[in-house]
Amino acid sequence: MATSKQKNMTPQQRNYQQLQQKHEIKRPVLKNCIKAFFVGGIICVIGQAISYFYIYYFDFTEQSVGNPTVATMVFLSMLLTGFGVYDRLGQFAGAGSAVPVTGFGNAVISAAIEHRTEGFVLGVGGNMFKLAGSVILFGVFSAFVVALIKTLLVIWGVL
Amino acid sequence: MLKGHQSWIFTNRPMITSTGVTGGPFEANGNLAEDFDLLYEDLWMGKETYEKAHRLLLEEAIKTALNKRNMEKEQIQFLFAGDLINQITPTSFAARTMQIPYFGLFGACSTSMEGLALASFVVNYQGANYVLTGASSHNAAVEKQFRYPTEYGGQKPPTAQWTITGAGVALVQPNEPGQVFPVTTAATIGKVIDMGLTDPFNMGGAMAPAAADTIIAHFRDLQLDPSYYDLIVTGDLGRVGHDTAFELINKSGLELERGQFQDCGLLMYKDDQPVQSGGSGAGCSATVLYGHLLNQLKMGTYKRILVVATGALLSPLSFQQNESIPCIAHAVAIEMNEDKG
Repeated sequence: MATSKQKNMTPQQRNYQQLQQKHEIKRPVLKNCIKAFFVGGIICVIGQAISYFYIYYFDFTEQSVGNPTVATMVFLSMLLTGFGVYDRLGQFAGAGSAVPVTGFGNAVISAAIEHRTEGFVLGVGGNMFKLAGSVILFGVFSAFVVALIKTLLVIWGVL
Repeated sequence: MLKGHQSWIFTNRPMITSTGVTGGPFEANGNLAEDFDLLYEDLWMGKETYEKAHRLLLEEAIKTALNKRNMEKEQIQFLFAGDLINQITPTSFAARTMQIPYFGLFGACSTSMEGLALASFVVNYQGANYVLTGASSHNAAVEKQFRYPTEYGGQKPPTAQWTITGAGVALVQPNEPGQVFPVTTAATIGKVIDMGLTDPFNMGGAMAPAAADTIIAHFRDLQLDPSYYDLIVTGDLGRVGHDTAFELINKSGLELERGQFQDCGLLMYKDDQPVQSGGSGAGCSATVLYGHLLNQLKMGTYKRILVVATGALLSPLSFQQNESIPCIAHAVAIEMNEDKG
């Protein structure tokens, strides 16, 4: 918790929070990390297999196989989300299923399903990026900043 | 009659003569399935939106409560009810269907006891012949508003709770001697307590001080000892909040025994159901009290109980603006109407 918040608390609040912490059930961090490692790893292995499949059977190279692989993974994630499996996987795997691109797909698709009852425009259109929107915004912005720095370094002859 | 600082004694002992309790598929697999009047197999309940399903839960609970007494809705003077959705639309829309004069309440998950306290007060002073009171929640509709989309694969921490799908409604009417029904005898209205907790995935921890404050005030105002009640049951503190509240109460000098202190959110589900810390939601204390607990009172398992419903008065907006979670709890004492001798 932020220190500024702690400062604003009364002694009574601070005492209570100490008492409450004793009863709070802690997240099993180590267990969660192990589960995340294996589930995340398995998802990546599946992605790698799909990549090899496209390279081996179709006309893709190691550089160009990224897009069809990501599209396939997101499509699978969509199916699993729609059938109500991905949220259960997420509860088990945590970051393991949230960090790969399938987790990103799940964030978009679950919001779209959730707000279908408010119609296509105000519901699906207005809400499907409510979780993923900030990832896209700050992802694109960070990429822009990094590219800008690299460009400047090249111009100045550092790189 | 006012007693002490914040409590009422209902000297005319209003009776709860009928109840209606509806629930969803998750509750059907829980511990208390047999205490529900109506259980739906599907969260949609044949409706196009979860919000309409939410409304249906309450409408059917009201109809069930009326049918049990062969009553028509025109005989009811007032409806005291509420839920968790923005502007309590499911309850207000159900009130539109039922055409009963209506007080819309919002006390988050404490609404059930806020309603029962007010209904008992009105009936106690001849303000009505029949009053309906209740609360409801729908897992998908409430989580949609307060949390992530239901199909989103985020990992919930062990302190999180599961919003129950269900509605509980009670019919309150003036006491008639000789009739054996549960009666309300006293109520304590809580004040808003904020201990600075900010984690919406740990509502129990935030609500525990409010529950403890109301329970301590109840025994102070009524000059009673916890042993007066066979059971003191909190609304939806879950595992974390329940343990914390127990410690707070015992630290205050009241001697509460572990066995007489329970929680509706913990009674509802089986251990193998994935509800983390327990059930929650406005319908939680309403369904458990009007279903399971009143049945237990009638069977004689308990003679006197004190129900303390707890509510977290946050909104998704207040949480995003880094506000802490203010909480409230209201208590109502219920016992069986027995012959005075």
